[in-house]
Amino acid sequence: MVQLTINGIKYEVEKNKTILEACRDLGIDIPTLCHDDRLEAFGACRMCLVEVESSKNLVVSCSTKVRDGMVIYTDSPKVINARRDVLDLLLSNHPMECLTCEKSGNCKLQNYAYEYGLVDGSYKGEKRNRSIDDSNPFYYYDPNKCIICGLCVRVCNELQGTNAIGFADRGFDSIVATPFYQGLEKSKCVSCGNCVSVCPVGALTPKSRTKFRYWETKKVRTTCSYCGVGCQMDLLVKDNEVVGVEPAFDGFNKGLLCVKGKFGYKFINHPDRLKKPLIKKNGEFVEASWDEAYRLIVSKIKETKEKYGPEAFGGLTSARCTNEENYLFQKLFRAVIGTNNIDHCARL
Amino acid sequence: MKYVSLTIDGKKVTVPEDYNIIQAAKEIGIDIPALCYDPNLEVVGACRLCIVEIEGSRKLETSCSTKVREGMVVRTETERVVKARKDILQLLLDSHPNDCLTCQKAGECLLQEYAYRYDVKFREHNGAKRPKLVDTSSPYILKDDSKCILCGKCVRSCNQIEERQVLAFGDRGYNTRIVLDLDKNFESSKCVSCNRCVTVCPVGALVDKRLMGKTRAWDADVKTVNCKVCSYGCEFELLSKKGKNIAVRAKAASNGRPLCLKGRLTTELMHLDNPDKPYRKIGNKFVESSWSKAIAIADIIEKIEKLEGRE
Amino acid sequence: MTNSIEEILNTDAMFVIGSNTTENHPIIGATMKRAKKRGAKLIVADPRRIELAEYADVFLQIKPGTNIALLNGMMHVIIEKGLQDKEYIEKNTENYEELVKVVKEYTPERVAKICGVKAEDIIKAATIYGEAEKAGIYYTMGVTQHTTGTSGVMSISNLALLCGNIGKESAGVNPLRGQNNVQGACDMGGLPSDYPGYQKVFNEEAAQKFEEAWKVKLSRKPGLTVSEMLHEAEEGNIKFMYIMGENPMVSDPDINHVKKALSNLDFLVVQDIFFTETCELADVVLPAASFAEKDGTFTNTERRIQRVRKAIEPVGESKADWKILADLMNLLGYKARYLNPSDIMDEIARLTPSYGGIDYKRLENRMGIQWPCPNKEHPGTKYLHQNSIARGKGLFMPAEHMDSAELPDKDYPFVLTTGRILYHYHTRTMTGRVEGLNKKAANNYVEINEVTAEKLGIKDGDMVRLISRRGEVEVAARITDIIGEGVLFMPFHFAEGAANYLTNTALDPIAKIPELKVAAVKLEKIS
Repeated sequence: MVQLTINGIKYEVEKNKTILEACRDLGIDIPTLCHDDRLEAFGACRMCLVEVESSKNLVVSCSTKVRDGMVIYTDSPKVINARRDVLDLLLSNHPMECLTCEKSGNCKLQNYAYEYGLVDGSYKGEKRNRSIDDSNPFYYYDPNKCIICGLCVRVCNELQGTNAIGFADRGFDSIVATPFYQGLEKSKCVSCGNCVSVCPVGALTPKSRTKFRYWETKKVRTTCSYCGVGCQMDLLVKDNEVVGVEPAFDGFNKGLLCVKGKFGYKFINHPDRLKKPLIKKNGEFVEASWDEAYRLIVSKIKETKEKYGPEAFGGLTSARCTNEENYLFQKLFRAVIGTNNIDHCARL
Repeated sequence: MKYVSLTIDGKKVTVPEDYNIIQAAKEIGIDIPALCYDPNLEVVGACRLCIVEIEGSRKLETSCSTKVREGMVVRTETERVVKARKDILQLLLDSHPNDCLTCQKAGECLLQEYAYRYDVKFREHNGAKRPKLVDTSSPYILKDDSKCILCGKCVRSCNQIEERQVLAFGDRGYNTRIVLDLDKNFESSKCVSCNRCVTVCPVGALVDKRLMGKTRAWDADVKTVNCKVCSYGCEFELLSKKGKNIAVRAKAASNGRPLCLKGRLTTELMHLDNPDKPYRKIGNKFVESSWSKAIAIADIIEKIEKLEGRE
Repeated sequence: MTNSIEEILNTDAMFVIGSNTTENHPIIGATMKRAKKRGAKLIVADPRRIELAEYADVFLQIKPGTNIALLNGMMHVIIEKGLQDKEYIEKNTENYEELVKVVKEYTPERVAKICGVKAEDIIKAATIYGEAEKAGIYYTMGVTQHTTGTSGVMSISNLALLCGNIGKESAGVNPLRGQNNVQGACDMGGLPSDYPGYQKVFNEEAAQKFEEAWKVKLSRKPGLTVSEMLHEAEEGNIKFMYIMGENPMVSDPDINHVKKALSNLDFLVVQDIFFTETCELADVVLPAASFAEKDGTFTNTERRIQRVRKAIEPVGESKADWKILADLMNLLGYKARYLNPSDIMDEIARLTPSYGGIDYKRLENRMGIQWPCPNKEHPGTKYLHQNSIARGKGLFMPAEHMDSAELPDKDYPFVLTTGRILYHYHTRTMTGRVEGLNKKAANNYVEINEVTAEKLGIKDGDMVRLISRRGEVEVAARITDIIGEGVLFMPFHFAEGAANYLTNTALDPIAKIPELKVAAVKLEKIS
């Protein structure tokens, strides 16, 4: 443990932590744009600057370790001004499109601009002007909104291990791109969308069938319904429709999903969904009420059981359904119908 | 009450005969965009965003001011309607500042909502923009004329209370703007800071100053609470963030409810751990005040103390 | 899985066999790649040069149906080199001598011939696995979908026991379960001879316990498996079937046979979220709510029980499956009084020892709970057999290599193997309705080795006909070098030209799993 003073208050924190980690553990908020707990510190955005007594320059809190006796200020005027400068530079090269930007309401640049009171960038001059890559069926990449935090590149390489994107060019022209600017569709991208999930701004945004603003949605934590890994995720719900999926960072999947989990939700509100019971009459399916369907099934069960006994029944339960439903299904067959003829496609 | 049946966007609906089309549409979940319409205010048909196509009528009609008729066939999102709405929105945006980045109204702004819905964006142009006249004289309300779209809701709402009637349209043509008591500011006018105007403003022209910098509309959890000062029981919204109550604001001045500053300050005091300092208008000046004076209970407390002290 | 997904990051060696992990369990695949970067060794055995093969220290491109030979060969090398964990074997296992005897015959040279790989690679793989302090084996249906599937799994377990890799963190025997809740469906007694928690229906004590809880007489006779049910339906002995959320008309082997069987029923109820291929044959179709429209739990591949939460109201008049089932029970005169799935879980916990400590309140902790979790105070189990092997001591069950039920011959000269791809899921009931996924993987195809293709004059994209003893399909050819000569690969997802028209229904005698990974076919170019 080390003793240190933050904003005039003495604390004891674990050693080997960075100033940022120590502050976050203590509930002291430090803004960051390029930081991610899962990744190596990058120190690129410089939003997390703090003042350390005895240090001439401001230090980057995400990659500076705590030391015994350190005296830290996280919101001194010097710090605030430095952060304002960082934001000013970013905004000066950022399209002013919050009016209609899909990220609005969920954008870190927007949040910090509000918090630090910046209305616009003050450095007037050339803005980046590159074309949007919409070749991937699931998401857009708008390089003009990119703030070069590198989260997407690092997640793609360090966590997803796909290496589809990297940094290209230098200086003002520096940008996130696929090798040789071949475009996302021709790259190694596997559309996992893990880059989209970490982009703090509107540079990487999902293509949604339904238009929505983040503030119109609520999030519901659930378990992915595809493979057996069972990733945790939040369904974004607007009215009675699922309009997006975000990975859970506090599940064991730690903020990662695959293409099916992230983008494969559109079947939920698909127009083809079965909406009414169907009964086959003279070879044709006709819509029926639940009552009618239930009555038919119940009478057939009774009739079959009477005529042929319980062993004439077979039931396939489902690896797609919940535990509770599988339990009830086998209970229906074993306790009510009276047979153990129950199976499912575990083997397929 | 007589009822009439009509068809809107292919859906049949039966409503009382005194309904306007916009009300009938709402009954079946069709949201016709409108900036100047408010069910609690007099209908003026000024913004023209609520125009719809009515079978048998050559021109587009404003749905806020057109009564339903038996057998009427209405279409609310035809190509022609959408084109007209885009044009209206584009004109509004052309004289509107591009500052959704930090605008306090972002997330609740109707202009933003409709621009997103109809995919209309700010554009560079050399034409005129509304001048940036900002009235910062009040600690309660901030008025930014550059964002005003002249829908007039604030004027109509203010005028509903006979003894208030502070806001009015001033000047003409492109220079038209909302003025207080002819040409005063919040401080020098007879405005009582009830915030009725703020609750109806569809854009960022009139905002609750005590909310500014505290939260974005989308970041706060909102709970409705009732004012306990008088029997009206006006509704206020209690905004909280990370479990901490950070602000109170007036909800809606509907159903004849007046809203008042005393009610608002009392509600703040009741619910917030750290309310901002209260201000009272003395003469034509806002002055920082004590809470007991601001909510006018200094005398009462004194009396209670006296009574209880004597016992 | 005996172990947990996060433990993969700290393993010393991974042996991936019969699993295209990066496509079918992408998050586990990504974790493996990270483990590799952190210094773990990687062995991959698969008939196709899958993405993980690119990262592997040893890649063994084995012929389909030769897993047991490979595993025995590796054990042969490990024993030869003295890399086995003698102390562990002594303390924790039985029947070691028998294993030594069986694998003695599997010299690297002999195995190399059976599997179609180099002997030195077998030695290298065995050495990596044998030398690792903590080594995990990860497998899926490339191991199980054979007539020798059970023996394949036992051979994997033999290898793990041999090196003391069971009951240890970051090691273990780890089948990666394919479907979201296939683990839970098994746990909940969705099997012909098991009550929830793998309590046997023929075990008198278990049967009596359930009779008391459910207040009915219960049959002690194990039921029929899917394949047996279909057979009995075709014979006219099964009259009534109820299929909930399954699509055997695409997923099961020999579709022509499935169709005959289901058409022969007196009555078929199908309950699903979409009108599937199987619905066509139903008498009544019931509309079910999707996972976004109901509460419940899924159990993942690492035995983690996690919440499913209702986000929207059921679409149309659809109903949650649990509601439909409870309605039917009540209508059949059996009282099912459940207000919500939480009530059902409470009943499950009372009757299922491994779920004994599960309730919805505890599951609100966002990490879920891994079974076994016998009581409310138990934190759940990260990896199994920490203190003892489940049945007391680990039993070596040596197995001999046996040929697949159908081998290529003059008439059907190719081996067809089937599998899954990243962009689709099972029978495409869901993914087939996601535009972007269809754009990524629109049509069915067969992978053909470039040399084979050239010999037959087939070009990429040409339509070809595949014929087996059971059926034929027409699909587009995809020419590739990731698959060996003489082997063809088809994804099984697509209903059109479904691979399962060709596959073999031959079953593993114990697990009754069909041999979907090996079928003899002939290949013709359609002119």
